[in-house]
This record gives sequence, C-alpha cells and structure tokens, in this order.
Amino acid sequence: MRFSIEEILETINMVSKENLDIRAVTMGINLQDCASPYPEELCTNIREKIYSVAKNLVPEAEKLERKYGIPIVNKRISLTPISTVIAPAVRGLEKEHAIDIAVKVAKTLDSIGADLKFDLIGGYSAMVQRNISYSDEVLIESLPRALSETKRVCSSINVGTTISGINLDAINLIAKKLKETAEATKIQKGFGCAKFVVLCNAPEDIPFVAGAFHGYSGGESTINIGISGPGVVKTAVQSLKQGATVVEVAECIKRTTFKITRAGELIGKEIAKNLNTSMGAVDLSLAPTPKTTDSVAEILEEIGLEQTGAHGSTAVLYLLTNAVKTGGAMATSRVGGYSGAFIPVSEDTKMNEAVKCGALSIDKLEAMTAVCSLGLDMIAIPGDTEWEVIAAIMADEMAIGVMNNKCTGVRLIPVPEGKEGQDVDFGGLFGKATIIRLNKKSPAKFVRRGGRIPAPLHSIRN
Amino acid sequence: MLEKELVVLTAFGKDKTGLVAGITKILAENKVNIEDLSQTIMQDMFAMLMLLDISESGIDFETLQKKLDEEGNKLGLQVKIQHKNIFESMHRV
Repeated sequence: MRFSIEEILETINMVSKENLDIRAVTMGINLQDCASPYPEELCTNIREKIYSVAKNLVPEAEKLERKYGIPIVNKRISLTPISTVIAPAVRGLEKEHAIDIAVKVAKTLDSIGADLKFDLIGGYSAMVQRNISYSDEVLIESLPRALSETKRVCSSINVGTTISGINLDAINLIAKKLKETAEATKIQKGFGCAKFVVLCNAPEDIPFVAGAFHGYSGGESTINIGISGPGVVKTAVQSLKQGATVVEVAECIKRTTFKITRAGELIGKEIAKNLNTSMGAVDLSLAPTPKTTDSVAEILEEIGLEQTGAHGSTAVLYLLTNAVKTGGAMATSRVGGYSGAFIPVSEDTKMNEAVKCGALSIDKLEAMTAVCSLGLDMIAIPGDTEWEVIAAIMADEMAIGVMNNKCTGVRLIPVPEGKEGQDVDFGGLFGKATIIRLNKKSPAKFVRRGGRIPAPLHSIRN
Repeated sequence: MLEKELVVLTAFGKDKTGLVAGITKILAENKVNIEDLSQTIMQDMFAMLMLLDISESGIDFETLQKKLDEEGNKLGLQVKIQHKNIFESMHRV
C-alpha cells in the first residue's frame, strides 16, 4: 500500500479523537472599488462585490470537508478596512448622520453574511496607529451600535506599529467605546466586545476573527487558512517517553505541526483554485476551543506545569510557539497571520480553570503574550472598570508588541454589573470566563496625557 | 486512459461474514477499481483499508460515499473514503 496502516490511522485518529480541524477558511475581499459618496450605492456595490466573489465559498468548503474528511469549522470573509470604504460617504457629514451610515454598512454586511452562511465577517476596521481620520473616528464611534445591532460583524482597530509608535488618543477613544459596547449588549453579558480586538503590528492576512481584515496589498481576493489542533499536539507530547528532554518535546511538536500545516495548505490551495482566486497565508496558530482535548493550556500542563500560570509558563509557551512556527514554516511557504499559539481565557477551558483558582493572573497572562501570537484574549473584567484602566491594559499590551516587533492584541469584555470572581457564560465556542482580578491602582493620569507614544529606536532602520 | 484518481477507503466494525463482499460489491457495481487492499481483525473488530481508483467510475465522490454509507449501515460498518492527497500531504515530504 502507498501509505502504511499507521499513517492512515494517525490521520483518522487526529480528526476523530483529537479534534484536528481546519479552524477557518477566510476569504479576503477588496472593497476599495465599492466606495461611493452615496450610501445606497455604497451598500449595493458591497453586496454585488461580495456575492460575485464569495457566493460559493461555503459550498466549496463543505465539498472539501467531505473529500478530505477534515472538518472546516468556520467559513468567513475579511474585508478592506471599512473606514476606508465609507470615507467618501461620510465626508462632510455631521457625526451622528455619519455614524448612521457606518451602521447601515455594518447591517448590510450582516445580512450578506446571513444569506451566504458566513459565520463571521472581519474587517469593520481602521488603521489609526499614527493619526485618526474622520472616517476612522466615525467607525470607532459607531462600534457600540455596529457590534450590538449585528450578529456577524467583527471589528479590529490597529493602534500601534513598531514604525509609528502607539496612538494613545485612539486607545482612549476605543476604551470608552468598549464600555459603551458592553452596555449596549448588556443582555448578552457584554458579548459585543468579544467581536472586537485592538491590535498593534496587525498582519494583513489574518484568517481569525475578530482580527481579520483584507490588507491593502491583498489584491482583489485571497484565501487565508487558520489551522488548528491543540489536541493533536497534546497527544503527541503525551506519547513521548517518560523524562523526554525539552529538545525532544520541541522536536515532537515540530513534526506534528508540520503535518497539520500540510493539511491546511492542501485545503487552502484547492479552495483557492476552485474559487478562482489566490492562496494567501496559512496561519500556524494553535487555536483552542472550550471542548476538552482542544486546549493550549493542556499542552503546557502536559509539558510539565502543575497548572497554567505556574512559574515556567512563559518559558513553556515560548517552547511551544517556537516549535509550532518552526514545524509550520517547513510545511508551507505562505506563513502568515498571527502564527503562534492563542491563549484566550474563556475559549480554553483549562486556561479559565487556572484563572478561576487563582493560578493564572492577568499579569502572568500579559507576560505570556510576549512570546505567543496574539495577546490578552477573551478576558472578562469587572463591569465597573474605569475606561482609563482599560486603556492602560491596552497600552501595556501594545507596548509589548511595538517594542518587540510583533503583533499583539487585546480582547476584553467588561461584563456589565459583573464582579471579580463571578463566572460568565458566553455560549458555544466563546466559552465561559471567570471575571479576572485587575490591579486597583489608577493609571488615569498617564492615559489622559494622550498623544502618540513615540516609536522605539529600532524603528529607525532606513 | 484517464489519469488515476485515488482515494483511501477505511472500514471499521464488528467482524462477521460478508463484510468484504458487501463493500466490494458496491465498488464493482460503480466501476471503482481496487488498487490495493489490506485487512485485519483487531480484538474482534474488523478493519479494512483500500486504495481505490475512481477515475473510471461514472459517479462522483459524494455519491459513492453515500452508497458506501448505506451499505455500511446494513453491515454495521463505518465506511469512509478520503482523497489520497490528504495522506500524501501529511505523511510525505
């Protein structure tokens, strides 16, 4: 036989027992040519463009799921940052009217998403790392409405880059709007905030939401793939002999990630070909879900931590992220997106258990984000947290990214009326979170200074 | 002659008479050629792997899977076909 029984069974077990899946097939779509000064025409253009490019995305992905026997969990689209697309339509208008137009666009996207069965839509976004244009401001101010009045629309705002520094004014505005978004979705425990992430050094080809948007250099359309498989990696590490060294652990993770990435690459290439578009990036991130055996924290614990959050967590996460990247980079020449390991609290049952029992603090999480791919992710915080504190948490995380030349993000959910230690259930893949303890000292004087924190010295490379 | 289109068939279930016959009957009826076959009994469980060429078959991949599902239900077998590219991608450099 061309393949050994062991090889065939390994692949089948990865899917049936260890939750191997393609986490996201995300089609990036350029909407720059849809811009119009007339809101009706703008919405019609967007509708026509998305239908013409992506109407077969879901059926094609489903076909490949059956052909290869690997589930594709999410089928999504990501768009040109919408603040650019709405710019001509909001030019010169009063803020309130302009916000109405932005929300109208968000609702149009939502209805297209429902029609074409996309689970989420990324790209209700803006790039404000240097300054904020009027349409950026409109988009940010529309967030409480856009995120509460739609189901699928997700937003990311890039507020810093290593080249530009950190736009504290943008962070301050966003922090206030995040609190309003939580209030606007109070009935869902502030869930609107789960569809929003603030980023620095945002890659243009992220397949995962809320961060996904179609970068300005992405061409007309492209397919980006998010692989997954924490369970597969954990099983592989578990099968190592007693007392295996860290080198052997890294080697084992590399080999496993190679296989997972090749599966992602195969599906990405084929779906791109079938949809007559180009293959973009394979994002090598290990993305957990609340299912048992689908946890990144469990891998860390399998490597040797009593519980995630213990001293050594940062080192073990570094080992994992680095091995995932090394194995993945051998398997595809299209590494992109975040590429590393996600450590979302609510979406990873074991991660949340560590928060609940006090083993994992927000400070340790922050340290861990210096070596993983995203940042402070899906963390529930008390509803009465001051906006200044939210802004300061964001600024801290952006500082890690900007200084270290990497992407970081913050996705916080200030749970209305929620108190430290309470449990919140967001449902489904978004999971459960225990509201985390925050530092009680005020950073208000710092964040209220506003302005742009200058870029690090190593940004001057020309 | 058409270029070969190879798929891997896996079948698992409780061992009894007529399992191989049941599956191969469906394959023969649909002009699916068996390129390779391996079968074993592990703790009373029947496990079969086949490499199939479906290029001469008049039916598509999904219809074949449906027919195999129906036959598998009758025989108490889980039968799955997957395009060989997935195994090639994951296990061959």
